[in-house]
Amino acid sequence: MDLNARVPDGPIEKKWEKRCFEMKLINPANKRKYRVIVVGSGLAGASAAASLGQLGYEVLCFCFQDSARRAHSIAAQGGINAAKNYQNDGDSVYRLFYDTVKGGDFRSREANVYRLAEISNAIIDQCVALGVPFGREYSGYLANRSFGGAQVSRTFYARGQTGQQLLLGAYAALTGQIAVGQVRMFPRSEMLDLVVAGGRARGIVVRDLVTGEIGCHAADAVVLATGGYANAFYLSTNALGCNVTAIWRAHRRGAFFANPCFTQIHPTCIPVAGEHQSKLTLMSESLRNDGRIWVPAKGDDRRHPSEIPESERDYFLERKYPTFGNLAPRDVSSRAAKAVCDEGRGVGPGGRGVYLDFAEAIGRLGEGVIRERYGNLFEMYEQITAEDPYRQPMRIYPAPHYTMGGLWVDYNLMSNVPGLHVIGEANFSDHGANRLGASALMQGLADGYFIIPNTIGDDLARVAPKDRFPEDHPAFQEVRKEAEERIRKLLSAQGSRPVESFHRELGELLWQTCGMARNEKGLKTALERIPILRAEFWRDVRVSNEGEDFNQSLERAGRVADFMEFAELLVNDALQRDESCGAHFREEHETPDGEALRDDANFAYVAAWEFAGVGKPPILHKEQLQFEHVPLSQRSYK
Amino acid sequence: MKLTLKVWRQAGPRAEGRLVTYPIDDASLDMSFLEMLDVLNARLLMKGERPIAFDSDCREGICGSCGFLIGGVAHGPRRLTTACQLFLREFHDGATIVVEPFRSGALPVIKDLVVDRSAFDLIQQAGGFISARTGGASEANSVPIAKEVSDRAMDAASCIGCAACVAACPNGSAMLFTAARVSHLSLLPQGHPERKQRALRMVDAMDRLGFGSCSNHGECEAVCPKGISIDFIARLNREFVKASAVETMEPVRKV
Repeated sequence: MDLNARVPDGPIEKKWEKRCFEMKLINPANKRKYRVIVVGSGLAGASAAASLGQLGYEVLCFCFQDSARRAHSIAAQGGINAAKNYQNDGDSVYRLFYDTVKGGDFRSREANVYRLAEISNAIIDQCVALGVPFGREYSGYLANRSFGGAQVSRTFYARGQTGQQLLLGAYAALTGQIAVGQVRMFPRSEMLDLVVAGGRARGIVVRDLVTGEIGCHAADAVVLATGGYANAFYLSTNALGCNVTAIWRAHRRGAFFANPCFTQIHPTCIPVAGEHQSKLTLMSESLRNDGRIWVPAKGDDRRHPSEIPESERDYFLERKYPTFGNLAPRDVSSRAAKAVCDEGRGVGPGGRGVYLDFAEAIGRLGEGVIRERYGNLFEMYEQITAEDPYRQPMRIYPAPHYTMGGLWVDYNLMSNVPGLHVIGEANFSDHGANRLGASALMQGLADGYFIIPNTIGDDLARVAPKDRFPEDHPAFQEVRKEAEERIRKLLSAQGSRPVESFHRELGELLWQTCGMARNEKGLKTALERIPILRAEFWRDVRVSNEGEDFNQSLERAGRVADFMEFAELLVNDALQRDESCGAHFREEHETPDGEALRDDANFAYVAAWEFAGVGKPPILHKEQLQFEHVPLSQRSYK
Repeated sequence: MKLTLKVWRQAGPRAEGRLVTYPIDDASLDMSFLEMLDVLNARLLMKGERPIAFDSDCREGICGSCGFLIGGVAHGPRRLTTACQLFLREFHDGATIVVEPFRSGALPVIKDLVVDRSAFDLIQQAGGFISARTGGASEANSVPIAKEVSDRAMDAASCIGCAACVAACPNGSAMLFTAARVSHLSLLPQGHPERKQRALRMVDAMDRLGFGSCSNHGECEAVCPKGISIDFIARLNREFVKASAVETMEPVRKV
């Protein structure tokens, strides 16, 4: 199989411009003859659908939520990076590129990351034009804040609701295109499968979640913007509906899945409180600008935090990483928190928590300033925990948050299946083994507003709209039949356990063996256990037999069934990557002071997996990574 | 803690609905209201009964998916809180709680507590956007915007589109929702070129879709989980009157 990333040659600063010039174009009069499917309406999907519609393509956009505006991008809190250098603090496109490659622990493709940094500034311009009310200074100019993994202030924000505002901007752009009939929107619609025939993606099979009807939609190209798979861990910061189904089904139809083991555990989330908990809530990384993280210096210290004097506190991030302090990158901070809790110094119920303390900042800046910066986050914390963070430190603990892995794509964001494009969190492209804060929003919008509208033409120009498969083509009907059979099988499942109980068990297994720290023994145990759990699921799950129409238990069952298959790939990837890098921490490979120890000689590649059948070992393909601009080095945030 | 739930059960859009009582004997204070429904649903499923359908997704109060009447109040008793962020510590042990879907002709019930809010998308499609083509934007800092103005726009833009305002309004009006969007965009200079048509089109859509008019009850503001102020309704009225005086409504055109 061809695994050519098709990166343009020439100097890195000129690659994107060169590619835009090399690509085939479709003249404006012909664009309307082409039909493009976009699955997902988050930042990547909504911005892509809107921009493709503006170009004149006929666009069909699908989301499982009841409105495009509710996609999970909306929950992103802290901000979006751009290399504007408004702060006059030494930022540049090159520095953003450099920080992102280094932050990703040298497991991303340099050319893609450079393009991301290059486009970052245009994203801010576009968002402002769409009415995104970014935070401003009294001068009327845009404000910035700092974020983890960077020593410059380059993060643009809208209070603690940046994702919401960016998404509402993209949703508005999408809405404008729906209004003029250029985009047809299908809310409450879930993609069940991808149709690949004659060497090309031909369309999708979709279930209408209200009527239960399973329909086929044909197009000249399919764009997946369906987000990440952190819900494989059951408890994560993702919305309940986030799932792997679209990209997993595409993988089963031939698309390679890249670096699935690169899963980000976010350091600042509200700790698990009870057995019925359905999700974990993130507290924005921006809080680390003013909050100081600490635990008691001695183990098993049950005193109230206010009774613990300064001299008996361990501000462990400031101690271990004096240069970056509380703004160390996410992977590093999460592991440090886990380490102090493993030593028995964790706080709160179960000892799985560390303090995030604002007392010093409140003393220095006043409560008003802190309220203005983080008011909504403090309220959310108080709603959930019934503790007032203005009076006592927050308790936080790492939780699964974002997945750097995803479907493999080339420089043009096309998968190895022609006609199948993958954007946003659903692809693997830009963040390597660890994503820096405020970079997900940047990538989603770069892909959707600026990259795919340019690159998709190069793919479409190679096919003629008249060759589009009709929806009654046997290729569609075959896939539809399979999807219907699966739905029937799930509906007839009348075992003894609800779907959530299986999902929780799978999640716990993955969290224990393939979470913040991994080792060969644990991973092998997981590989033995997952097929057994999957078989149990199909034998013993109970799905509500209320009917084929609106049936939420059926929706969840389908998603969990796919997680059950996907989990094996996740663990296989973690097992083969016999090194530590970024968020992938193999206990066998650490530096003397406990940091991730990479093995560049053997693992400086993208692991792209080919599906070989459920329960069969997947086939590994490697894309070697070259680092010509950011020299390979041991990351240091000391 | 013990609770008694009376939940509206309705099998489909045209089916008849009724309140069904469910005793809960083992709820805990630290559970969220929706987690309690999750637990109840797992039990109903095991007993061979149909679980209660309700929308929720992010469960952190931002996506706007969740929302129903809890004790007659949209999103329940705690101010500035969505249903998903409501915890059982807000209730007394032994309380009886009636749970019903949002009630409005413009938001028909799909099943149990799930309503169809697509009318909100249609109001937005009437003009709730700035039709700036991707790629044509000028440098972001070329137009300074006073912080107070930008902050005010942000206050309006915080709307999560949950439709609690409609459910709470005795007239079933969507004025707070519409006003939030119109205000957000009319406050910002980028929204000015389409400002008049936007106000005319969105108000027209709201009327056409079967939402009632505003008669200043203020119930919407009281239940809004994001604290959107009814001052924005005054602003919408002003925008609408000013626009009506100088322009007539035109259809949305391609960019």
